[in-house]
Amino acid sequence: MTEIVLELKELHTHFFTDSGEIPAVNGVSIKVHKGEVVGIVGESGSGKSVTSLSVMRLIPTPPGKIVSGEINFKGENLVRSSEKRMKKLRGNEISMIFQEPMTSLNPLFTIGNQLIEAIRLHQKITKKEARKKAVEMLQLVGIPRADEVVSEYPHQLSGGMRQRVMIAMAMSCDPELLIADEPTTALDVTIQAQILDLMRNLNEKEETAILLITHDLGVVAEICDRVVVMYAGQIVEEGTTREILKAPEHPYTQGLIKSLPKMHEREQQLYSIPGVVPKPKMGRAGCHFAPRCEFAFDRCFQENPDLYALDNNRLSRCFLHDDKEGKVKKHAEADIGS
Amino acid sequence: MQKPILEVDGLKKYFDIKGGPIGRKVGEVKAVDDVSFMVMEGEILGIVGESGCGKSTTGKAILRLIEPTAGKVKFQDKEITNLSSSEMRSLRKDMQIIFQDPYASLNPRHTVEKIVGEPLLVHGMTSSIQRMKRVRELLEVVGLSPYHAKRYPHQFSGGQRQRVGIARALANNPKLVICDEPVSALDVSIQSQILNLMEKLRDEFNLTYIFIAHDLSVVKHISDRIGVMYLGRMVELTDKNKLYDDPKHPYTQALLSAVPLPDPDLRRERIILKGDVPSPANPPSGCAFHTRCPYAMDICKEVRPDFKPVEDNHFVACHLYE
Repeated sequence: MTEIVLELKELHTHFFTDSGEIPAVNGVSIKVHKGEVVGIVGESGSGKSVTSLSVMRLIPTPPGKIVSGEINFKGENLVRSSEKRMKKLRGNEISMIFQEPMTSLNPLFTIGNQLIEAIRLHQKITKKEARKKAVEMLQLVGIPRADEVVSEYPHQLSGGMRQRVMIAMAMSCDPELLIADEPTTALDVTIQAQILDLMRNLNEKEETAILLITHDLGVVAEICDRVVVMYAGQIVEEGTTREILKAPEHPYTQGLIKSLPKMHEREQQLYSIPGVVPKPKMGRAGCHFAPRCEFAFDRCFQENPDLYALDNNRLSRCFLHDDKEGKVKKHAEADIGS
Repeated sequence: MQKPILEVDGLKKYFDIKGGPIGRKVGEVKAVDDVSFMVMEGEILGIVGESGCGKSTTGKAILRLIEPTAGKVKFQDKEITNLSSSEMRSLRKDMQIIFQDPYASLNPRHTVEKIVGEPLLVHGMTSSIQRMKRVRELLEVVGLSPYHAKRYPHQFSGGQRQRVGIARALANNPKLVICDEPVSALDVSIQSQILNLMEKLRDEFNLTYIFIAHDLSVVKHISDRIGVMYLGRMVELTDKNKLYDDPKHPYTQALLSAVPLPDPDLRRERIILKGDVPSPANPPSGCAFHTRCPYAMDICKEVRPDFKPVEDNHFVACHLYE
């Protein structure tokens, strides 16, 4: 089996606000292998972005705090790492692409300036070499006239181009892990197709592991190997992309997939999950999805189900799996993700 | 046969670019450039396109929320482009709009009652008791509870706010509702609730929608006919199934193939367009799409193709079909 690049173990990231403690990430465990693309899917408020920011240790403290759990990056627990150590890792071994290509570049510096800064921060090379490397990176991500773009400012580029620059910057130090937080959400479909294509190529060529955060199941189908579905700060289902999309086990995932308008089928009425996404809060009894779930029974409102391990390393947090006894092992006993 | 409720003919909207020391006009952004279509009564017409293609401007120019530069808009056989603003205001009773951002389109200082009741007041319902009754009725129609009337927008979730926006649009029993990206800001599970609500309301109140969106699967789901826009021009307009089964324009083909589908078994041949959408301030000569078109010919660079029917009910603007 290939080596594990990133392993989250029972991660809890909570926010402490005036109105109480909010468990934005509530016991999340994820493994990402070398060369693998793992998607985290969820609606707004499900904790997917907070999970990714926790890995980078970019949670603003206060109000946020990693309360417990481990973030193992190549055997090193990042929860205990110093800020100095994190600065070394960020951009060098773990890179991140953000959703907004408009706001993640500094408007006062040229593209080249910003790329060279990132490269020279982590590699001991001269300015000239760094500039050459910057041009190479821009060419790699498919920017035409790369040697001119290097001396241009962000406002001179379109959204798709800026996102390419962000990817070039993120890839410039050959990271082991790329975290992409909704990288194509702000882009048009034809540009989104270009960017996804580019990310897939980089993943295949450089064997970079990618943790992709998105709400779009279409994007997941395009690029991810494995998918983790989050709801109200917890993982509700995990499996390979094909299994999750074709045969979802958890009622939430089923509802989510059913409520998408299909392009190639004709249907009269869309399925919809009643109610709204709950805000995470402390000490909630029962399954978080129970109030919106059509299969919910008494037990669902009293205790929160564990993640049940199903066949093929699949996980699903639902009491419905309790019926198939013998076949089901509890999450703790099962050997997941390996 | 159905009769058209809205006819748009040669609609244009150019925005001036001002520059220089005394703010002289230095150019024009051709946001909407010669767009014509018809909307039948009870129909849902979808308009899709990427950002900057002029779809929202088209919607606003029809209502004259933005004054069109040229072209004619006929609503129920009545020319509305030369009406005075007070005549236009009373006409807007029949033509309403739902905006994209449910967070920005509701006044945070007003209660829902005031927000939904305002169009009623403007159009002559002066009795506050009557208004209160109507607001509660409307809230129930859109799936909220009457007690929500006393609340403020920040007390609602995104989906509920969009319901308030819909209630406001429906207050005066309009005939035509222009929906400008009504579900783009919502989560998937909420999006389907709103889409279902909009369809239900259409049947209940015999509404006509112009549904503007960038999400092709949403537009496909809700529309009867779909128009595709690129750089301020309509490039293809036809029945929704025809558009998805047999797209004629190369841009429509590329757009459809670029949509990621949540089905790992569907491996389609994907047309990845090169480059970006050109700036509408300086659109390419001839066919605006020729810079990115895989089939571009010499004529495309020089002559702008006409928007005309290639089959029954299937309009395309492309030199390939001449």
